[in-house]
Amino acid sequence: MKLVVITAGLTQPSSTRLLADRLAEAVGRRLSEAGKPRVIELRELAVDIANVFVTGFPNGRLREVIEAVTEADGLIVVTPIFSGSYSGLFKSFFDVLDNTALAGKPVLVAATGGTARHSLALEHALRPLFAYLRAVVVPTAVYAATEDWGGAQDPFTDGLGERIERAAEELADLLLRRAPQARTAREEDEVVPFEQQLAALRPPH
Amino acid sequence: MVTKVQFGIFSVGDVTTDPTTGRTPTEHERIKAMVTIALKAEEAGLDVFATGEHHNPPFVPSSPTTMLGYIAARTERLILSTATTLITTNDPVKIAEDFAMLQHLADGRVDLMMGRGNTGPVYPWFGQDIRQGIPLAIENYALLHRLWREDVVDWEGRFRTPLQGFTSTPRPLDGVPPFVWHGSIRSPEIAEQAAYYGDGFFANNIFWPKEHFQRLIGLYRQRYAHYGHGTPEQAIVGLGGQVFMRKNSQDAVREFRPYFDVAPVYGHGPSLEEFMAETPLTVGSPQQVIDRTLQFRDYFGDYQRQLFLMDHAGLPLKTVLEQIDLLGEEVVPVLRAEFAKGRPAEVPDAPTHASLLAAKTASAATEPVDA
Repeated sequence: MKLVVITAGLTQPSSTRLLADRLAEAVGRRLSEAGKPRVIELRELAVDIANVFVTGFPNGRLREVIEAVTEADGLIVVTPIFSGSYSGLFKSFFDVLDNTALAGKPVLVAATGGTARHSLALEHALRPLFAYLRAVVVPTAVYAATEDWGGAQDPFTDGLGERIERAAEELADLLLRRAPQARTAREEDEVVPFEQQLAALRPPH
Repeated sequence: MVTKVQFGIFSVGDVTTDPTTGRTPTEHERIKAMVTIALKAEEAGLDVFATGEHHNPPFVPSSPTTMLGYIAARTERLILSTATTLITTNDPVKIAEDFAMLQHLADGRVDLMMGRGNTGPVYPWFGQDIRQGIPLAIENYALLHRLWREDVVDWEGRFRTPLQGFTSTPRPLDGVPPFVWHGSIRSPEIAEQAAYYGDGFFANNIFWPKEHFQRLIGLYRQRYAHYGHGTPEQAIVGLGGQVFMRKNSQDAVREFRPYFDVAPVYGHGPSLEEFMAETPLTVGSPQQVIDRTLQFRDYFGDYQRQLFLMDHAGLPLKTVLEQIDLLGEEVVPVLRAEFAKGRPAEVPDAPTHASLLAAKTASAATEPVDA
């Protein structure tokens, strides 16, 4: 089982990374044969990602990361909320993936922010992004406002800990019930025989 | 002259400001510069000059056969080609006519490279739909292929008005159609198309890592054999390359860096050093260019054509001409000798009109029934 964690936190240490680690731990606990998940810090790839927009191709380091993400069985993705949405770096990474790279892949989306008022960015920005990429997004999206790191829950709502456990349960459930898929980043090379391509163009009579 | 591997220049034909002087050539200057570069290519002992085709500023070569016809009249040996001819948005009937005419005027020194083009609006400007790019390339070429091989063509397709009893004139010189290369940066469908017809496949081999082109060329070679044209090693492969040379490699880097840093295609991105590590771009001494180019054979197998991109990023004409001299004097003679070493006898030489005519004559002699 290949679980990959993508975190777009910018500071070190970062609360985005902290949330990513807690989610990965909660998911890992539920997967008997889970190895250590691969954690990808987008901060370390920021220039490589920007260069793809300029050159049109990923360099060797980024190519290896893209292949790991494409071949993953499931993803945990975490971004800080900037200006009401995912960060530009977070979106840029998904812009350089092939648009079929995440098709059918279970994804847990999560975000951090200074205030709980931005929590619906998960539903209004991240969920549609991954819907476009045809990923399977788990129902619970986890938002951690600064106050959540204290103990902001009240008797009427779940705290951060409960939400992490619920989302982890949902992702683990999807991962455990799925038949393993042989995913590779090389599927593009499959070719339609030329006669078939020609025949498809013959005018109907 | 039998040439195992042809060497030449391919030009995009961009009008780009020289970042070191701030001067932008006029369209007229750029068009004349392209001609001067082609003439210099012949003078320097190179085999091929290929022009791009574009229909938007800042590019000048919208009318390739006009330019190539003019160059044909002023050269003796140079093969005139394209990189690429837009098979998607040009009428295949007009391509058949224009290039057959050019072939006659140039006494057979003509081939061409098919491409789909990478400028979205060109499709609607020419009444086409970019989402049909691959089907257009397939259908248009299927028609072009017949127009050069059948005297009278009845035809009906999806994209062009039907033809009844149509004869494309002039007929190809000596009944031998110009050799066709298919260029592709990312589409396996085009490698498959080239393999199906037994045509050449050209990987531009610039801007992208070699692993990417290894997959496309590997697919082309394998499918070429599948369609019975020969072994995978006998498939006809062409490669691009991008170099800047000075006798001393530090001088080359120092002189090229300001052009690289703001170049329209990759400028403002990775450093020159990173880009050289990730792509086939070579900036250095002639020996470094030789070493790097010789590696192409290890990556892609023995091949037939090597084109270099030299006149881009706003480099002044004088510099480009110096580059071509270096290529002709110091690089290509060594590459010719080295590529000939250990080249298996069954690997075909680069195709020319003469070699295609000889093959046609030989096949007519041995198979008199076969039309």
